[in-house]
Amino acid sequence: MGKIKSLEELMKIKEEALKNVKMREAGKRGKIVVAMGTCGIAAGAKDTLKAVVETLDELNIDDIAVVQSGCMGLCEVEPTIEVALEGEEPIIYGRVTPENAKRIIKSHIVDGELVSDLIVKRGEV
Amino acid sequence: MPLTTNTILICAGGACVSAGEESVKDALERKLKEYNLQDIVKIVETGCMGACSLGPIMVIYPEGVYYQKLTPEVAEKIVEEHILKGRIVKSHLYKGEKGEVIPQPQEEVAFFSRQVKIATRNVGVINPLDIDEYIARDGYFALHKALKEMTPEEVIQVIKDSGLRGRGGAGFPTGLKWEFARKSPGDKKYMICNADEGDPGAFMDRSILEGDPHSIIEAMTIAGYAIGAQKGFVYVRAEYPIAIERLTEALKQAREYGFLGENILGTDFSFDIEIRIGAGAFVCGEETALMHSIEGKRGQPRVKPPFPAQKGLWGNPSNINNVETLSCVPPIIFHGPQWFKQWGTEKSPGTKVFALAGKVKNTGLVEVPMGITLRELIYEIGGGSPTGKKIKAVQTGGPSGGVIPAEYFDTPVDFESLTSLGAIIGSGGMIVLDEDDCMVDVAKFFLEFTVDESCGKCTPCREGTKKMYEILDKITNGEGTEEDLETLEQLAYIIKDSSLCGLGQTAPNPVLSTLKYYREEYLAHVREGKCPAKKCKELISYVIDPEKCVGCTACARVCPVSCISGEVRKVHTIDQEACIRCGSCIEVCRFGAISKVTPAVSVEVEE
Ligand SMILES: Cc1cc2nc3c(=O)[nH]c(=O)nc-3n(C[C@H](O)[C@H](O)[C@H](O)COP(=O)(O)O)c2cc1C
Ligand code: SF4
Ligand code: SF4
Ligand code: SF4
Ligand code: FES
Ligand code: FES
Repeated sequence: MGKIKSLEELMKIKEEALKNVKMREAGKRGKIVVAMGTCGIAAGAKDTLKAVVETLDELNIDDIAVVQSGCMGLCEVEPTIEVALEGEEPIIYGRVTPENAKRIIKSHIVDGELVSDLIVKRGEV
Repeated sequence: MPLTTNTILICAGGACVSAGEESVKDALERKLKEYNLQDIVKIVETGCMGACSLGPIMVIYPEGVYYQKLTPEVAEKIVEEHILKGRIVKSHLYKGEKGEVIPQPQEEVAFFSRQVKIATRNVGVINPLDIDEYIARDGYFALHKALKEMTPEEVIQVIKDSGLRGRGGAGFPTGLKWEFARKSPGDKKYMICNADEGDPGAFMDRSILEGDPHSIIEAMTIAGYAIGAQKGFVYVRAEYPIAIERLTEALKQAREYGFLGENILGTDFSFDIEIRIGAGAFVCGEETALMHSIEGKRGQPRVKPPFPAQKGLWGNPSNINNVETLSCVPPIIFHGPQWFKQWGTEKSPGTKVFALAGKVKNTGLVEVPMGITLRELIYEIGGGSPTGKKIKAVQTGGPSGGVIPAEYFDTPVDFESLTSLGAIIGSGGMIVLDEDDCMVDVAKFFLEFTVDESCGKCTPCREGTKKMYEILDKITNGEGTEEDLETLEQLAYIIKDSSLCGLGQTAPNPVLSTLKYYREEYLAHVREGKCPAKKCKELISYVIDPEKCVGCTACARVCPVSCISGEVRKVHTIDQEACIRCGSCIEVCRFGAISKVTPAVSVEVEE
């Protein structure tokens, strides 16, 4: 990066860096909880997690926190993720492969439509 | 862009580093690697988070969970439990004021929630070695605004309107000082940052330099523009190597981005900053001594006027500001003076950083709005006494300050109120004292410091403080007289009136203020040979209550001079002549049979 001369250049750095900083700040629009218990990881939750983060990043969504949690108690449908948007009932999706993770983010988070075929539970666990 | 799911902010402030932060970080890194998480979990070292007594500490985002008192083993466990499985490791959660577990984001932890962070806004939040993170939090936007949208006079007016006053001790209006320097004739001018921070117990300046070095660079450049300087100096003490290292790196980054050097931000304003390392004498923090030191001369104060704004570095107009003062400047320029004035009081707007120490639960750095009461500061933020003992007073302002008794704890903390009580805000040291603290001893502690630090240029300060120290020593040894108290007061006023610099002028304050509020404690020492706080060794004895002693022998076994005698299951006794009053025995007696008494049990009478 060369010398900065304008407000635009300054803004650009700010936005770029903010994406990084925001990831770790609380107070977001909602969160995606990826179950990373032992069996979740065995079922591929790490790839799911990676896909979640990548998709959010691709779509420039920075107001959703990605949180890892322990076992949700739904081993048979792992990997599972919970999508909890502020003011809405949390939804748990099961069998979330990386492809499904992408689908969920695009549909649920961006368009506000639940992905009914993957829902395993509504409301608090 | 790196994919991060969790970010671990680990405090790399001085206290946490010496508590073993590095080995904790190593352990985290090792464990993360083991689980192949090193790419998605980011570790950031920050400046002091303010809870030093509980260090090393860290926060895990996005959850915002604080962990305290870390060890490498705990760090490994946190990776396995928290990061991998999302289970909070309860045993090392940050403890709030009631000692309960608070697994909540930053906003809700009591110690943090009452604070308003302006000067320390980025400390503990950003990576101090990454200029982009500073920019992400509006860093260098104020510089842009000042240079491109404002004239130097307008910049000065904004600072004047904000009411910002110097945080280095005297509370002089910053905008006014800038104006003097601007109007002072001369082509060459200098902008100096005072990062000497010699006050024992204060470390807010270090923490800002370590945790947010760019805020000082930005502020100095804005100030340089305002007063018409081409060059700046940061005067840091050599004892602050981490601050020096991070500031050096930050200067490099700022030059790369064109925030320092020729034609800053494409304007025709050019300015650069150099670091000067001081030897760490307290008196070198005094502005004229500091400038002598930068010039390569002996760091001794000189008579004022002329003030630095008239004749400063190498005879040129100069402006000198404290670190904390400067770190308030960029947000004031960015948000405007009214924004700053929403906190604080009419005459003392904004916030102040305090270093809470002594007999409070939460010790560390806190930034609070001016005008908060001492009670709120000590009980709500500080969490009150850790032992349940009665808090007696607070000492503010370090060696230039004084004590404020608990009766006055509803006083708002601002420049005028504390001064009217005979104490000062000073650099923001706050030592909480309880019933175990002897006021004569407290005064002696600070006097000892000033005796050591007096530069020796003027006789009243050099000889007078030594004489005062000797008298205090005599009193704590039980050899003082009432005349001594009078001499003490006389000396105090002479030193105050006839010393050349602030060190001598304020050195008697700890004595005068303790004499003002706690004369009866002094009198107890000189009249009755009593130390009411049972602190002064010569005036107390350790005694065993024969009614309570069960003869467990525990005390006799720990006594380093073997002066406790007695048989198993028989009452023990202490040989007063041999006892060195180390206090070990009182700690091990589980039956409460040992106590301290004052005055000391007289040995001679028994002979
Ligand atoms: C003995 C003595 C020591 C001082 N030490 C410091 C110091 O360590 N840091 C500091 O900022 N100011 C210190 N000062 C105050 C400075 O002389 C000066 O007033 C201050 O740096 C001005 O900055 P400000 O207006 O931003 O407070 C000291 C003053 C005296 C008399
Ligand atoms: S008052 Fe003390 S420290 Fe100050 S110049 Fe005189 S001798 Fe030196
Ligand atoms: S420790 Fe206490 S109870 Fe035991 S011998 Fe000593 S004074 Fe007596
Ligand atoms: S105070 Fe120390 S020296 Fe005195 S009796 Fe107790 S242990 Fe021994
Ligand atoms: S670990 Fe997730 S359901 Fe068992
Ligand atoms: S150094 Fe870590 S909290 Fe102060």
